[in-house]
Amino acid sequence: MAIDVRVPTILRSYTDGQKAVEATGDTIAELLTDLDAKYPGLLARLVTDDGALHRFVNVYVNDEDVRFLGALDAKLGDGDTVTILPAVAGGAVLGGAVAGGAAALS
Amino acid sequence: MDDSAGSLERVLAIDAAILEAIVAHARRDHPDEACGVVAGPVGSDEPARHIPMENAARSMTFYEFDSHEYLRVWREMDDLDEEAVIIYHSHTATEAYPSRTDISFAGWPQSHYLLVSTREPEVTEVRSFRIVDGTVSEEQVRVVNATVDSMAVQSYMFGQSPATVDYECRA
Repeated sequence: MAIDVRVPTILRSYTDGQKAVEATGDTIAELLTDLDAKYPGLLARLVTDDGALHRFVNVYVNDEDVRFLGALDAKLGDGDTVTILPAVAGGAVLGGAVAGGAAALS
Repeated sequence: MDDSAGSLERVLAIDAAILEAIVAHARRDHPDEACGVVAGPVGSDEPARHIPMENAARSMTFYEFDSHEYLRVWREMDDLDEEAVIIYHSHTATEAYPSRTDISFAGWPQSHYLLVSTREPEVTEVRSFRIVDGTVSEEQVRVVNATVDSMAVQSYMFGQSPATVDYECRA
């Protein structure tokens, strides 16, 4: 089923500048794989080598953060909108951030 | 466009009332870090609407936007044809300069990253930066519509003149 995916500014270099694209999948994992097939390189910016959602990224299905819905196992239904936003965080010292930094998202 | 960290040729213009509100927010949450945005019309580079946000980490050394509030605020800005002109947060025991963590998370290259330090009780350091592809460049902070208040209890120190106090106003 077609899922509407909203892409933040820093990832639009992968989607030919588009801020909204379409992909398919019954779960977030399947959706991101499909997105990567259409827009190569996008998956590596969203998922770590260990197969987990990147610390620097928030992914939502409609109004819900997928981290509350099983992360990459979150289920998708027809008509859902998936929104990707870069996590906004930081602070004086390292507080749970993963090494890799801005390169993970740019 | 090339900015060396010391040149401060670029400028963030910000209304005095908004700056005061940001500093008041940082003081209120001290010693936890405070965070938020100032929205403005897309492409205007004018910070017009202050939106203090929750620090979901509630930490003295780390901040993070609550993921649901973040989505709500971003959608609201989109509905209003606004963007996050400023993304701000405070440091409560260190200087108002982006840390490695700040740089690693900076995901909105078109925003001004405003840092406020509340480490000193009577002086607030306020500095603004662009963070693009891991590179930090500082900008001048130009306060608009400032008024002189003889009852001032708070002073500000900006990046363009770090050795002197530029501006005084009630915190």
